[in-house]
Amino acid sequence: MQKTHDHKALWLVAPALLLVAFTAVIPLMTVVNYSVQDTFGNNQFFWVGTEWYREILRSDRFHAAFLRQIMFSATILAIEIPLGLAIALSMPKKGLGVSVCLVLMALPLLIPWNVVGTIWQIFARVDIGLLGHTLNGLGIDFNYTQNAGAAWATLIIMDVWHWTSLVVLLCYAGLVAIPPAYYQAARIDGASRWAVFRYIELPKMSRVLLIAVLLRFMDSFMIYTEPFVVTGGGPGNATTFLSVDLVKMAIGQFDLGPAAAMSVIYFLIVILVSWAFYTIMTREDFEPSGGAR
Amino acid sequence: MLELKSITKHERGQAHVEGVSLSLEPGKLHILLGPTLSGKTTLMRLMAGLDRPTSGEIVMGGQTITGVPVRKRNVAMVYQQFVNYPSLSVYENIASPLRVRGAARRDIRKKVEGAAEVLGIKEFLSRRPNELSGGQQQRVALARALVKEASLVLLDEPLANLDYKLREELRTELPRIFKGSGAVIVYATSEPREAMLIGDSVTCLHEGRIASTGTARALYDHPNTLVTAKIMSDPPLNTIRIEKKGAVLKLGGSSRLHVGTHMETLADGPYEIGLRAHHLGISAPAGDGIKAVVATTEVTGSETMVHAEFMETRWVSLLHGVHALNAGDKISLNPDADKLFAFDETGALVAAPAS
Repeated sequence: MQKTHDHKALWLVAPALLLVAFTAVIPLMTVVNYSVQDTFGNNQFFWVGTEWYREILRSDRFHAAFLRQIMFSATILAIEIPLGLAIALSMPKKGLGVSVCLVLMALPLLIPWNVVGTIWQIFARVDIGLLGHTLNGLGIDFNYTQNAGAAWATLIIMDVWHWTSLVVLLCYAGLVAIPPAYYQAARIDGASRWAVFRYIELPKMSRVLLIAVLLRFMDSFMIYTEPFVVTGGGPGNATTFLSVDLVKMAIGQFDLGPAAAMSVIYFLIVILVSWAFYTIMTREDFEPSGGAR
Repeated sequence: MLELKSITKHERGQAHVEGVSLSLEPGKLHILLGPTLSGKTTLMRLMAGLDRPTSGEIVMGGQTITGVPVRKRNVAMVYQQFVNYPSLSVYENIASPLRVRGAARRDIRKKVEGAAEVLGIKEFLSRRPNELSGGQQQRVALARALVKEASLVLLDEPLANLDYKLREELRTELPRIFKGSGAVIVYATSEPREAMLIGDSVTCLHEGRIASTGTARALYDHPNTLVTAKIMSDPPLNTIRIEKKGAVLKLGGSSRLHVGTHMETLADGPYEIGLRAHHLGISAPAGDGIKAVVATTEVTGSETMVHAEFMETRWVSLLHGVHALNAGDKISLNPDADKLFAFDETGALVAAPAS
């Protein structure tokens, strides 16, 4: 075949290239640009090198926010993954129940994030909120504006309520894709319910579980809207997660340089941890890709 | 000895299996032959104890086991899909039924290695199923069924998902692998070819009922009914309604056939005749056969399959070698009059060619 030397191909790639450039590459490079300079706003920039990076990495404020963030994501994953798996396993596989369950499961996912935040902000309020008022009526001291534990509990329950459905839907999709012959073979082998789960369902679901863990990790690690709406990062700094802190720094204090440096570090952490999850979960204990029937 | 006594299975008002009675001897390979939805799989599920029959009785070795759940029976089953535990090694896969039973470690090792040897997968014992080819995966599943030393081995179209060469290979091995075990072996297939090649006895199923039982050869040579003849023929049996008058068969229109010697004694009247594809010859349109038009031809190299149409009927002819025929070509079909099967109005065989 003869090679053509016109530039048709370039024109075909151009729209995608432009889109990626304007949505990802250029903003990211702008942030990188800010992170190595100091500015006072009137378009004057001074080169500072890695100073902001060193400052951020040494700051107690960043360490504290990072620790909170890790704690939050770990708690979310520890609850949502097993819970989602359990719900998916107990959902019906055929009949009318399937559509009913799927619609119920999809409902929380359809609500915008700030609305979810607002719902729980009101729901958990001590004065008028159903949850907050009831708990206090029962003698439990629950006030998310004053008590750090209550603030955390509110945010975690809210996230579980909002996002467990996603894990359920992913797991359910993996579950119904298992051919019935597997279950039949297990019955004939005399395998217990646990063995069916451990040796058939879990390996067959490993791919979707990986997706679920990655999505939930990345999303919870970057959570902003909900804590902003419900607690505003408080009480004190109790629920000031990385992105909440970042916005405070960039917009509240207008420290563009350090905020940019923090963004880059934040970005690298998300990539690194996601990569770690991916590597661990695709190791040989789980089913390698392809070929499985 | 496994006996089914007038087994019926209804599901949501539909009969999947109706009044099936069978007795299957151990140490022999029994074929369940029939097209899809003929009830083969339903029957196997009933034999395994995965489902309970709506009515009827299942007896194994003199004991009624109709309601006994599958866990308490000693059954092995192999499926069309390659079913293995994805996260376990081939060794652990084969060992799994023994582990469930709580066999001794030394015993397990001996049996697993023995089965792997028989099936030629010894070098793959440490691999995982999805690192193997389809044929090897099915060998693992077969080895798992073998080590179980079950008294009933159910093979549900185990070769259907394999490619041609692997299928030939495993087909010759299968009877050898399981026959020594003294188990009752049941093999479901939709291909008469497989039944002819490996079956000791064949049960033809049609719409959930038994159409006939016997040795493959007997059913092939003397199918008791038109339905059996159709099930036992691949390529499909050529059939047409005719009127016998003396020494001629009238096909409708102007087509006539001579009566073969085996049909001379039949009374005059309407019959349905059947003819296998390799007994249908083809000649130039000027010949004195049935005038027909070629619909399609399939050339495999050593054989040519010609689909021809006449009077709203489609027949298939299987010829040796390569024949250059195109769709729309006019030809004459020449049935071998001595090879015709004749069936009466009820579909019962009334005349079969000498075999």
